[in-house]
Amino acid sequence: MSTVETYTTPDGRTIGAPVMEMKNITLRFGGVVAIKDISFDIREGEIRAIIGPNGAGKSSMLNVMNGFYHPQEGEVWFRGKIRPPMRPYQIAGQGVARTFQNIALFKGMSTLDNIMCGRLTHMKTGMLSHILWKGKAEREEVEAREKVEKIIDFLEIQAIRKKPVGSLPYGLQKRVELGRALAADPELLLLDEPMAGMNVEEKEDMSRFILDVNDEFGTTIALIEHDMGVVMDIADRVVVMDYGKKIGDGTPAEVLANQDVIDAYLGVDHG
Amino acid sequence: MSAEFYFGVEVFLNGLMAGVMYSLVALGFVLIFKASGIFNYAQGVMALFAALTLVGFQNGQIPFAHLINTIFGTELSTFGWTLPAFAAILLTLGVMILFAVLVEKLVLKHLVNQEPIILFMATIGLAYFMEGFGDLMWGSDIKKLDIGIPQGGNRWIEDHTAFLGGDNFYGFYIDTLDIYAAVIAAILVSSLVLFSKYTKTGRALRAVADDHQAALSVGISLRTIWVIVWAIAGFVALVAGIMWGSKSGVQFSLSLIALKALPVLMLGGFTSIPGAIVGGLIIGVGEKMFEFLIGAPFLGGATENWFAYMLALMFLVFRPQGLFGEKIIERV
Repeated sequence: MSTVETYTTPDGRTIGAPVMEMKNITLRFGGVVAIKDISFDIREGEIRAIIGPNGAGKSSMLNVMNGFYHPQEGEVWFRGKIRPPMRPYQIAGQGVARTFQNIALFKGMSTLDNIMCGRLTHMKTGMLSHILWKGKAEREEVEAREKVEKIIDFLEIQAIRKKPVGSLPYGLQKRVELGRALAADPELLLLDEPMAGMNVEEKEDMSRFILDVNDEFGTTIALIEHDMGVVMDIADRVVVMDYGKKIGDGTPAEVLANQDVIDAYLGVDHG
Repeated sequence: MSAEFYFGVEVFLNGLMAGVMYSLVALGFVLIFKASGIFNYAQGVMALFAALTLVGFQNGQIPFAHLINTIFGTELSTFGWTLPAFAAILLTLGVMILFAVLVEKLVLKHLVNQEPIILFMATIGLAYFMEGFGDLMWGSDIKKLDIGIPQGGNRWIEDHTAFLGGDNFYGFYIDTLDIYAAVIAAILVSSLVLFSKYTKTGRALRAVADDHQAALSVGISLRTIWVIVWAIAGFVALVAGIMWGSKSGVQFSLSLIALKALPVLMLGGFTSIPGAIVGGLIIGVGEKMFEFLIGAPFLGGATENWFAYMLALMFLVFRPQGLFGEKIIERV
């Protein structure tokens, strides 16, 4: 067991015990080492950023967290227990929700239906009761719908509730995808470049949503981001990766002062 | 109006009815293709197998009787009872669900992430396996399927349309069985559409059809969904098997109705449930009317065998995704 310690952020939030711990994770694709012996933890209530240059293995790390990839070495601990190898949908059932770098929405479905899908892990009634559409199934559907409407209000996307998401502009699609992940009431929310390809205004909106999610729902968030400015603004602690290795870990200020990090970002010869 | 005109109308109506029968088969294809991108060649054989099993249960046939007799030298053939149609249908449905589970466990599970063509080949194998298995289980003789749906020209329609024409017109001839088929198809399609639109499982089905990775990330188990989809397709195959079996007897050529579903799919699109229906109707009406207006008078008849494919070919040239299909051309 890791030592349980809490810390308080500069803005006065108390960060609790680790929700997820990555211990000596190594991930290989054939001969290519995508992640090499990386350890870090994500604590309850914090916003944890993973940054690094292109090809550093950040997305691979997220894929390990939500079970798309299974590391060859190392352990993933969730809520203080070692996590056995599980399928992604089982991990989603445990309360780990995510978004994707290249937006993986259900393009033919409406915004509402997409976000309703995010609620699936909380809907337990069987298929037969749905066919008959009675009692419990109906109540569950209504409850899910209420929750989803709250999220739609929260993300300010009421106007596009019924629109098929494939037709929406990029920034809004990103927002719908965040909504779908939120609908699961996740214990841990993984965001893969939530602001990639956005303009300044959209980035500000998205930053505000991420901070609000963390603040209002107390959701623990791990996010990958390229924009250093954004990361420094919203993250409590930052992991820096380069060429599959961890080269820095700490508060934004600590990381910024780290010589390895500066080298990685300014492009020192890696010989 | 001339008798010729009324005959034309009758041909049209019968075309619609034939179209419904095609749609029933095409529907099963669409369900599986939508959810998993697999063109399930075995759909026709599934209909045959369902019909065989239904008749077998109804007549109290002993499964694998011939095999057992050969090995043990016995002379078994039936249990000596007959089941009511309703019970036999439920039992057959159970068999089709079991079949869906087995297909997932024995075939699909091992082919995750394979090319569509590999999966297609697997369904071809499945089709031939099932044909042989059905033969082994229930025997290969032609069987009569009767679950109590009346057959033959509908008197009521004949009586109430006879006044339209002259002395030589006796009213429209429409098979009662076809009317039942149309009503059942309508109920089937609307319940499928409602199910997929308004229930959790339906939403999950659509999600899987749309994006596998995203579906996994929101906690949907692909394998469960595939079992459900194949079970529903098995159910649709059962309905198609009942209708076709009642019409033309349960025989092994029944599996060839799958080939008639192909042009329907090209017309309606591989991914659209309403498309399967409309495509079926167009093919049904088209081939009957073509035969009536052009085929029989000018081409020496028997155009029904190829007209549907010609029509489908023209659609492939001008609208490859079909009438209602999504624009995913490379996949088809």
